[in-house]
Amino acid sequence: MAYLLEMQDIVKDFGTLRANDHINLKVEEGEIHALLGENGAGKSTLMNILYGLYHPTSGTILFRGKPVRLNSPHDAINLGIGMVHQHFMLVPALTVVENIILGMPRRWGLVDLKTAAQEIREVARSYGYDIDPFAKVWQLSVGEQQRVEIIKALYRGARLLILDEPTAVLTPQEVRELFRVIRRLAEEKYTVIFISHKLNEVMELCTRVTVLRGGKLVGTVNTCDTTKEELARMMVGREVFFQLDKEPPSLGDVVLEMDKVEALNEKGLKALKGVSLEVRAGEILGIAGVDGNGQSELAQVITGMRKLSAGRIRIKGRDVTGTGARYIYEQRVAHIPEDRQAEGLVMDMSIKENLILRQYYRPPFAKGLFLKWPAIKENAVQLMKEYDIRAPHEEFLAKTLSGGNQQKVVLAREVSTQPDLIVAMHPTRGLDVGATEYVHRRLLAERDRGAAVLLISTELDEILNLSDRIAVIYEGEIMGVVPRDRADREELGLMMAGSKRLKAS
Amino acid sequence: MTDFLKELTNFLAADVRTAVPLLLAATGLIFSERSGIVNIGAEGMMLIGALAGVAGSYFLGHAWMGVLVAALVGVLLGLLFGFLVVTARASQIVIGAAFNLLGLGLTTSLARVIFGVNTSPPPIDAFKPVAVPGLSRIPVLGEVIFHQTQLTYLALVLVPVTYFILFKTTLGLKVRAVGEYPRAADTVGINVYRIRYGASMVCGMFCGLAGAYLSLSLLNFFTENMTAGKGFIALATVIFGKWNPFGVLGAALVFGAGEALQYRLQAAGANVPYQLLLMIPYLLTIAALAGFVGRAVPPASSGRPYVKE
Ligand SMILES: Nc1ncnc2c1ncn2[C@@H]1O[C@H](COP(=O)(O)OP(=O)(O)OP(=O)(O)O)[C@@H](O)[C@H]1O
Ligand SMILES: [Mg+2]
Repeated sequence: MAYLLEMQDIVKDFGTLRANDHINLKVEEGEIHALLGENGAGKSTLMNILYGLYHPTSGTILFRGKPVRLNSPHDAINLGIGMVHQHFMLVPALTVVENIILGMPRRWGLVDLKTAAQEIREVARSYGYDIDPFAKVWQLSVGEQQRVEIIKALYRGARLLILDEPTAVLTPQEVRELFRVIRRLAEEKYTVIFISHKLNEVMELCTRVTVLRGGKLVGTVNTCDTTKEELARMMVGREVFFQLDKEPPSLGDVVLEMDKVEALNEKGLKALKGVSLEVRAGEILGIAGVDGNGQSELAQVITGMRKLSAGRIRIKGRDVTGTGARYIYEQRVAHIPEDRQAEGLVMDMSIKENLILRQYYRPPFAKGLFLKWPAIKENAVQLMKEYDIRAPHEEFLAKTLSGGNQQKVVLAREVSTQPDLIVAMHPTRGLDVGATEYVHRRLLAERDRGAAVLLISTELDEILNLSDRIAVIYEGEIMGVVPRDRADREELGLMMAGSKRLKAS
Repeated sequence: MTDFLKELTNFLAADVRTAVPLLLAATGLIFSERSGIVNIGAEGMMLIGALAGVAGSYFLGHAWMGVLVAALVGVLLGLLFGFLVVTARASQIVIGAAFNLLGLGLTTSLARVIFGVNTSPPPIDAFKPVAVPGLSRIPVLGEVIFHQTQLTYLALVLVPVTYFILFKTTLGLKVRAVGEYPRAADTVGINVYRIRYGASMVCGMFCGLAGAYLSLSLLNFFTENMTAGKGFIALATVIFGKWNPFGVLGAALVFGAGEALQYRLQAAGANVPYQLLLMIPYLLTIAALAGFVGRAVPPASSGRPYVKE
């Protein structure tokens, strides 16, 4: 049968790095086609080529059987190709409708916002979406922003929709909602290319899967002829263990103690409403909850990045309320922040510089006012080996690393100092199965070493796999804390939705 | 008419006159900053525009020809600026500073070459106030707004025009998007470079007009460094006016009032050292920049070059 899209022998070089190495991809009309691969395998690069953002070093693209040249996204849009990028391409300061019509020709060259808003409402409604066209994009949640992106593509007449890791930042409910829309689109003969690291999602949603590894094509298989384990093997090139072996915890002293902590968010609203928690050495306390229920603020107050408006925080018995980030760090507190690109790394600095951001001011990395470059370099070389950070050398800029390797840099910097408390927020967001497994094992190893770990995640699976106790946060309040062996998915779900609360334990 | 009203009218008319060059330059700067280019070279561009205006009028015999020449020269300066910061990706601040130095040096020497040293300025065709029939008879306001030169009317008309372009046309939407998040604009097929070039050229044109206003409307000759910092105050005007044409109009009037006040006080022989009075506009500028007008949020990508891939 004829394919809607054929990418043949695509090669893309970035300098000396070959991101795509003779890749072939064939997509049928009306199918949901998954693109799988580790971090840095070249998925986004391939899709950016298809969308006209990157120009292939060599190779041909056939669309509806005809060879096409895609010089800019403009050409792709004209062919009916739409893309929702891994990092959203919306202008935060503009409204939804302005973002959607941006760059489209309009009558007389005027922005008739009212008519456009009406049309957008209709497109949105036909997919069961309810969006306010006049809201500013910065006011929207990530889930809502993604809907705007999808409508933006459909409104421009996309028939082939590329979704680059659309589920990485969504809540389970939003994922279900997204799948419903994707299936509707497929029924209407739209074609979808779906990128995800979550094999369950791929198995559930897609008909065929193309797997990349290290920029090369591994193969294309039907989901009905394969298994999760096989896909993981194709991606990583080795066996991946989805189940972790976990020893029972050997508990030590209380490391983190929060007493009726309250804090405000950016908008001046109460984000934490009297949170009391305790984490002991040698255990992982998981914080489950739907995104935006105070998790960011929780991590920030503990690590000294946000002021408390009430309550006290003690670390190893010492009151640290009102002290700063450096003081708290010096109490041996590590922080894996939620957004590694904005908070975890300086993207324009090299790996070796990023690795000493915490300790640059003291020996062995500094002597007086001066940095000791040999020590800094040696530190980097060693950590890159120990934490399997894949980059040509330690001078590589953080921004050119794949997501998984960026996270390993953060992890290495934070964990290599043997902290007593680790605050880890979404530590595996956007990471491939191999990297996820790696991060999970590291966190468990830290716990076994005797660190107290506070794991904040929206992925219930991650929480259930790693935690010894689970707390659920909802609208800035802890709805209850349950030991892992008594935790029940349904019950946690109810607590996450705010419809059940346990008595204080 | 009472003395007070007369004083007030004179003061406000002076305010408008000093505000117009700020307004013109700031309007151009709105385009450039909204597209993500910070042009601190506005001062130099204005100065070159001022000389170009006089030279145009001198050689071609008509004030409007002077304005045309100043605008064209401004466009070319904007094109050069665009090439340096967009294509060559040089630092916008360094290039801006270079334009200021270039403007001062170039105009000083060229003026001597064209008009000779130590001679009295040659007579040139310049703008004279034109009363708008009817409207100019409104008390106070009539004299203040409707008895000005044609360039002033042009500057005032360009305020709503700029507003319309920026906020009601697809072109304006593109400009704003490019200044906020160029990659997002790129992904919907907008040519970021072309927009920035265009905005830089429009900015240059406005700076040229502002210069021509100084040398053909406020005065009718060119003097060394006649902009005297107005290009920098225009930058403050943009911030004070929050990157909005009407806001900028208000801000220009405030800064203009500062300067007009200084002239008035000096003329009235106020018992204050005149150096202190000269500081008024600059103090206002510092106050504006220090954020006394509430939070001023510049376009998110302003000042940053855009690199494809
Ligand atoms: N603009 C660029 N310049 C240089 N190298 C790049 C650029 N974009 C990507 N790369 C490199 O190309 C390789 C492939 O990157 P790509 O973003 O396509 O991976 P990916 O499969 O999408 O990974 P992830 O799952 O982390 O999103 C990586 O090694 C990356 O570092
Ligand atoms: Mg990617």
